[in-house]
Amino acid sequence: MLELALKGSKKYYGWMTLLLGVIGGGFVFYLWQFNFGLGITGMSRDVSWGFYIAQFTFLVGVAASAVMVVLPYYLHDYKAFGRITILGEFLAVASVTMCILFIFVDLGQPMRVVNVILYPTPNSVLFWDMIVLNGYLFLNIIVGWKVLEAERNGIAPPAWVKPLIYLSIPWAVSIHTVTAFLYCGLPGRGFWLTAILAPRFLASAFAAGPAFLILLCLLIRKLTKFDPGKEQIQSLAKIVTYGILMNVFFLVCEVFVVFYSQIPEHMDHMKYLFFGLHGHGVLVPWMWTSVGLMLLAIILLVNPITRQNESVLAVACLAVFAGTWIDKGLGMISGGFVPSPLHHVNEYVPTIPEIIITLGVYATGFLVLTALFKIAVSIKEEIAA
Amino acid sequence: MKRSRRSFLKIAGISALGIGSKPILNAFSASAPQGDTPQPAVMRKPEALTAKHWAMVIDTTKFKSRDDFKPIIEACHSIHNVPELKNKNHEIKWIWEEGYKHAFPTLENPYFEEKVKDLPFLVLCNHCENPPCVRACPTKATFKRESDGIVLMDFHRCIGCRFCMAACPYGARSFNFRDPRPFIKEEKINLKFPRRTKGVVEKCNFCAERLAVGQLPACVEAANGAIIFGDLADPDSDVRKLVSTNYTIRRKLSLGTSPSVYYIV
Repeated sequence: MLELALKGSKKYYGWMTLLLGVIGGGFVFYLWQFNFGLGITGMSRDVSWGFYIAQFTFLVGVAASAVMVVLPYYLHDYKAFGRITILGEFLAVASVTMCILFIFVDLGQPMRVVNVILYPTPNSVLFWDMIVLNGYLFLNIIVGWKVLEAERNGIAPPAWVKPLIYLSIPWAVSIHTVTAFLYCGLPGRGFWLTAILAPRFLASAFAAGPAFLILLCLLIRKLTKFDPGKEQIQSLAKIVTYGILMNVFFLVCEVFVVFYSQIPEHMDHMKYLFFGLHGHGVLVPWMWTSVGLMLLAIILLVNPITRQNESVLAVACLAVFAGTWIDKGLGMISGGFVPSPLHHVNEYVPTIPEIIITLGVYATGFLVLTALFKIAVSIKEEIAA
Repeated sequence: MKRSRRSFLKIAGISALGIGSKPILNAFSASAPQGDTPQPAVMRKPEALTAKHWAMVIDTTKFKSRDDFKPIIEACHSIHNVPELKNKNHEIKWIWEEGYKHAFPTLENPYFEEKVKDLPFLVLCNHCENPPCVRACPTKATFKRESDGIVLMDFHRCIGCRFCMAACPYGARSFNFRDPRPFIKEEKINLKFPRRTKGVVEKCNFCAERLAVGQLPACVEAANGAIIFGDLADPDSDVRKLVSTNYTIRRKLSLGTSPSVYYIV
């Protein structure tokens, strides 16, 4: 089936070449970082994780959201999603690939990455994160591939795939839970020290991931002969609606606890993000934009008239994606480091090389995503013909 | 032909996975008896200083001004080849000065005079009894030495993930954002202690390398009696006596890390 990714239109080749160009650019800058050290980034002694880890966190959510199409189809026998489960699974594969790359480019000594396996440390959450991420990658590659292959050949998928599919459901929840545990188990980081962090991550994941999938479905309908289906898109839209409502509700819960209890170690991070602290507040406009986008999305999604209009739905999905990206990809990580545990306010802003490397990783993800979607869609077209 | 190549790849893949998981499985069976194979033992030099629980008492009443800190910081940083980086983001420090409100942010009192709020304190790694950094490290590159409770770093195993820096509630850890070597003054290089490479984390090690040859930590030597070091587990030690007869404070006690650095105020 892999050969299907190699045959395509001029547009397809053009897009892939563009992505390869961006990857190449990112790679050159990565070589610079590899040579110089992480000093070319905006990270510091106080903000020791930055853009890379934030993107990783956001994309774990996009990956986990595949469960939102797999679960209704396989557990509730919601037949309509049979058409698009493969898209969810392949989106997960591309996202996890990016997650792993983002962790990799964040390492100070990437040549030693195998130490995590050579000296396994079960008390470290990062060890478990490695296991769940790689496991999820394999599960989705195997399940997606086998089911698609069977579909192409007009036969039922092999029986041993079923248990893997069922396993992938709790596994999806686990990847984002473990990722949240990276942060929420740390003493002295008041912003993350909340039991609601994992649920919050999952809620934003179940909003952002399906929103992105809707956008991809609309794009596929436009570019190919395969139509993911109106019903499918509307069902996804309802999932996005619940996801974004939960996400904003959880944010409100956080805000209440933090500002009603008035415990400085917890409150100061929120103050920094939304109002600025001791005259520092680069993220303030971003955070309010994020809140605005999420509220706009809620208005557009809750109202059935606007939700059922696919053009408006696309706008709402963009708002959900951008809003949750700012929340998690910008605010969540550096917000936890500012102020520092010693209550110094040292702000973090990513540098240009850091952003180019980030774009390189995203381009790699999109390359994988495009190739996998091309295979899936070609087979869907083949079957329909 | 195609079939067999496929099944070969499958078997090769599964085998690779199996081999890769071996050390992981080992980790879970680490408590199993190792049979009759003799275990390597660490030989100690006869002059080595030993303790069950090394601890430090910093008598802040004995410091008159900020100038008293300088020789202490200088002694530590030159002995350990700590580079002097101009870029604040890349700063590396093992022992340094913080104002009271930063060293003890939870013990702030709004009615303190500004002078008191900014009262300088020496801060360093607390060598916690329950260290969150050790819990977080995915490679055991940082670990608590069972024999004496010192929290150590293996610079050669560290992968530079900086999870320990996120975990440390005292900001005690520094990361080599770039090669530190050009920033160590040539005349100050101590060839008896390793210099670091870029991309690894480092911090105070309670001068484990000096204790091993019978010397007290560099900061203790340079402090003229203002820093006292000893075995907290020994009821007759100086540190134990000071801690039991003086009012001492420790940093962020509510977090349950149980620091081994005490401050007499």
